[in-house]
Amino acid sequence: MASVSLTVNGEAVSAEVEDRTLLVQLLRDHLRLTGTHVGCDTSQCGACVVHMDGRSVKSCTVLAAQASGADVTTIEGIADGDTLHPMQQAFMDNHGLQCGFCTPGMVMSAIDLLKRHPGADEATIRRELEGNLCRCTGYHNIVKAIRQVATAG
Amino acid sequence: MYNFNYHRAGSLAEAESALAAAEDGALMAGGQTLLPTLKQRLASPSDVIDIGAIPELANIESAGGAVTVGAGTRHADVAGSAAVASAIPALAALAELIGDPQVRNMGTIGGSIANADPAADYPAAIVGLGATVNTNRRAIAGDDFFQGLFETALDEGEIITSMAFPVPEAAGYAKFPQPASRFAMVGVMVSRGAGGVRVAVTGAGPSVFRVGDMEAALAGNFSAGALDGISVSADGLNADIHGSAEYRAHLVGVMAKRAVQAAGG
Ligand SMILES: Cc1cc2nc3c(=O)[nH]c(=O)nc-3n(C[C@H](O)[C@H](O)[C@H](O)COP(=O)(O)OP(=O)(O)OC[C@H]3O[C@@H](n4cnc5c(N)ncnc54)[C@H](O)[C@@H]3O)c2cc1C
Ligand code: FES
Ligand code: FES
Repeated sequence: MASVSLTVNGEAVSAEVEDRTLLVQLLRDHLRLTGTHVGCDTSQCGACVVHMDGRSVKSCTVLAAQASGADVTTIEGIADGDTLHPMQQAFMDNHGLQCGFCTPGMVMSAIDLLKRHPGADEATIRRELEGNLCRCTGYHNIVKAIRQVATAG
Repeated sequence: MYNFNYHRAGSLAEAESALAAAEDGALMAGGQTLLPTLKQRLASPSDVIDIGAIPELANIESAGGAVTVGAGTRHADVAGSAAVASAIPALAALAELIGDPQVRNMGTIGGSIANADPAADYPAAIVGLGATVNTNRRAIAGDDFFQGLFETALDEGEIITSMAFPVPEAAGYAKFPQPASRFAMVGVMVSRGAGGVRVAVTGAGPSVFRVGDMEAALAGNFSAGALDGISVSADGLNADIHGSAEYRAHLVGVMAKRAVQAAGG
């Protein structure tokens, strides 16, 4: 068993988990933060994207033990009380989701991409979403939502 | 995933002793290949030794006409390194083309070349730039490192510590991504420097290879036009639902020209 201690959405958490436990399993099964989704077993879909020490990662491809000591932010940690994060609001405004399965990962990737490419143009946004798959929207409204935040100044 | 014992190594020495003590240990750097492999139950190591947080493996140094990149350097950090961008922009550009941002934030250069996937990008840089692979035991010439499909010159218990890339006069990388995985269907690194011209191809064969005819033609005239009429045989090249061996052979010519153009030739 591994003892892991990390910060999740600003709170210190500790758990005893099997060594093989993935970060996403720690988040969903142990901490009951089920906003982070699992959409594949090949590390390709991005439904599981969270921020770890300020970088976006696929939480299905990080061990919980590997994340011990890290500062993790999930989709549950970005709103300000009842006020949605501007990226969440933009997805709502632009109909950037249909079933919503990919949305948590999309939003976390989108926040990270604008941090690295402030004011990103459409081509940059599309390239940066390489690791996030959506089966419903055709991406167009997701890109529009991210552009809304990129151009909001 | 089968269970295993996880160890986080704080230094190279700790990693060596954990690996020696394990019944059937596996190193893990970024985990972007190892964890998917374990999830598919294609491997079942007794111990996983995490070398991803060893500070001495994550340096980038530019000195004496070479850029030395620590084995634990993440793809995103190679892509974003000012030292790499100024000395070997083609290497930074190659790193930026690997996978997606999340894979680049975790995956490492050492893990990529140790794995020796036939469609991985970095092997083209190791051979195409004439790099040297340094391990905890020795220095291995890049030309001797890759020995076949997922086969390298590494011995049992050997750990890659860094790769030294001689700074070329000019270099360029061109990649045709496989449409589903985005690994290289064909990727070509071309460079011109003190060691002459190098043309290294990844994705097309079971392992990275050089194209002597192209190197000879470019040595006389470093321009894309010099490659007109030079073809690569399809014998022994990879074939799958994404492309036949002949298709890949043709792509080698196209990507080599684009790489020369990217190198300013
Ligand atoms: C969705 C997705 C897309 C990808 N797309 C691409 C792509 O387009 N191009 C590309 O090239 N790659 C791609 N990859 C692979 C990615 O680049 C991996 O990061 C890389 O192959 C392995 O690096 P790692 O640090 O994650 O290694 P790990 O998974 O940690 O380890 C891989 C292997 O290397 C060994 N190893 C690790 N470090 C060392 C060391 N220092 N010394 C000796 N052995 C070591 C491990 O024991 C293991 O066997 C992709 C991966 C994913 C999941
Ligand atoms: S669940 Fe699909 S990439 Fe993580
Ligand atoms: S909204 Fe359904 S997968 Fe993206």
